[in-house]
Amino acid sequence: MEFFLQLLVNGVCVGLLYGISAMGFVMIFKSSSVLNFAHGELLALGAFFFLSLVTWAKLPIIVAFILTLIGCFILGFLIERFFLRPLIGEKLIFVIMLTVGLAAMFKGFILLIWGGNLYTYPEFLPEAMGLKFGSIYIAPVYSATLIISVIFLVLFGLFFKKSAQGIYMRSVADNQKAALSLGVHVRRVFALSWAIAALVASMSGIVLGIINGVNVHDLSSIGLKVFPVVILGGLDSIGGAIIGGIIIGVLETFTGGYLSPSLRDVVPYIVLVFILMVKPYGLFGLVEIERV
Amino acid sequence: MRKFSFHPCGNYHENYAQELNIFETDFGRVCLGIFLTLLFFVAPFVVSPYMLYILNTIGIAAIAAIGLNILIGYTGQISLGHGAFFGVGAYAAAIMATRLGVGFYIAIPVAGIITALVGMIIGIPSGRLKGLYLTIATLAGQFIIEYVLIQWDSLTKGTMGITLPAPQIMNWQISGDKAFFFLIFVSLVLMTWFAVNIMRSKYGRAFIAIRDNDRAAEGMGIPIFKYKLLSFGISSFYAGFAGALWAYYMVSITTEPFNLGLSVEYIAMVIIGGMGNIPGAIFGATFITLLNEFLRFLTGVLMNVGAITSLGLNMAPLKEFVFGLVIVLFILIEPKGLAEIWRIIRSSFRLWPFSY
Repeated sequence: MEFFLQLLVNGVCVGLLYGISAMGFVMIFKSSSVLNFAHGELLALGAFFFLSLVTWAKLPIIVAFILTLIGCFILGFLIERFFLRPLIGEKLIFVIMLTVGLAAMFKGFILLIWGGNLYTYPEFLPEAMGLKFGSIYIAPVYSATLIISVIFLVLFGLFFKKSAQGIYMRSVADNQKAALSLGVHVRRVFALSWAIAALVASMSGIVLGIINGVNVHDLSSIGLKVFPVVILGGLDSIGGAIIGGIIIGVLETFTGGYLSPSLRDVVPYIVLVFILMVKPYGLFGLVEIERV
Repeated sequence: MRKFSFHPCGNYHENYAQELNIFETDFGRVCLGIFLTLLFFVAPFVVSPYMLYILNTIGIAAIAAIGLNILIGYTGQISLGHGAFFGVGAYAAAIMATRLGVGFYIAIPVAGIITALVGMIIGIPSGRLKGLYLTIATLAGQFIIEYVLIQWDSLTKGTMGITLPAPQIMNWQISGDKAFFFLIFVSLVLMTWFAVNIMRSKYGRAFIAIRDNDRAAEGMGIPIFKYKLLSFGISSFYAGFAGALWAYYMVSITTEPFNLGLSVEYIAMVIIGGMGNIPGAIFGATFITLLNEFLRFLTGVLMNVGAITSLGLNMAPLKEFVFGLVIVLFILIEPKGLAEIWRIIRSSFRLWPFSY
């Protein structure tokens, strides 16, 4: 029973990480229907910016954090301006392959500059944030993750429901032409959504880096783990991403704990195929209606 | 002897059969003949062994790329699983050759058929899904096949790999780059011929109809699920066939190369070559293979430059960066790929001196 509980808690913690990594991905999909294969590399870029600012420039944590967020905001903006904007209205395969190409570029860039080693951040979270229930221990990072994901969930929920920009984004995601004809500045919406998504991605990258250490290969493979998570939750639902993340995380730790450790990494994809066959728009996704 | 036909100065087709002609003029026919003669009777005897190796790699990649082009370029279904299909073909051939001891002339086509079946299973979600959802489903297929290849120890020997016997027909053993050159390029010519012709048949037209609008295609009486599966099957047959050739050529195989990166490389070939264009796939395969070799050469040279090694820079990731950059630039600048550039060059010769 204790083993079960510990696995459950671990699973939820890992799942929260998946969920938080998936949020930036959902952000982009929700506003521009772009499937971003470079998401893992965006996470890694954020994590490495932060790493350099903290260890090389020796800036205080909070300054480094804010600078990273600003840097990634600008980066997302530039990616949209130079790479994605020319492709508005192009075929799906071009958009997908463009993000795949971007992923290779970013990965090569990171490897050129930082190399493929595993780095760690200096400890900076207070030990008091760790939680202990009987024999089950939750590390401070995980409780920080929980807090961050809840904050972001609320913020994004409000942003998409209440703010004008959020509503513009939803309208663009739903139908670009209709949004354009109703006076929505579609290009600005795209630029903003990429900027915000890169910002969220960098933040998730930092959180992941605190827990697992910073390594390009690990972070970019998380970028692929995002797919089962968002499909399960629904591609355009941010809350769904968190719940999907938790479900996938729990499934992973349970198969790792009870069945076999090697099956652990494939289980999300098996689940993915199953969901796609049964409920392709996920648990909380919007069902697309198609007209000829 | 009929008259040698040149390019007409307009569209003078009188029936559909003329429009479906592969060669618009006899000039093209003669050019192809000369090219094939040079390829088979001159190229293998004059180029260096290293160049022959590159040519063989191009030939294998081209077979797989043609197959993927049938699926992506003609049917409009994106598959991120072709790297794994290639692996399935390689392993099927290796297992048949070592366990059952069948000859390569049986093992290679049967490997293709086995891969076609696997591809059709991975293609089943296409009945319900399309666009990016299907892409993600094939991505899952890629990971699941990779897992099976690694974990099914009793069959695939896991990470140990399998060593294949040299292919043998009668008493003649095919080994060495030159012998493989003929095996690979004869297959490539046959496969290209088959692909070009299937696209002129009712199947090809159905694929194109599904690509352009699947709902409308269904409305016109095309059973789209059947044809999508067929397209997955044909396309994975090509991948499996290429994989089997590769396994024989490489002699020993492990599960390592058949990852997502390989799938991406094949899609890059299709896009860079030109989607919906069979010669384009061959151009793309040539381009990507040469690019890979060039980048390997370049990083090798850069590694030995004193100034860079003393800075402690590792130049190997440059390969990945440039690969990504090339894909991005092609998509942004020439999304129709090399085939379009080739068409422009040809038509500017034809229209000379009034080319535009």
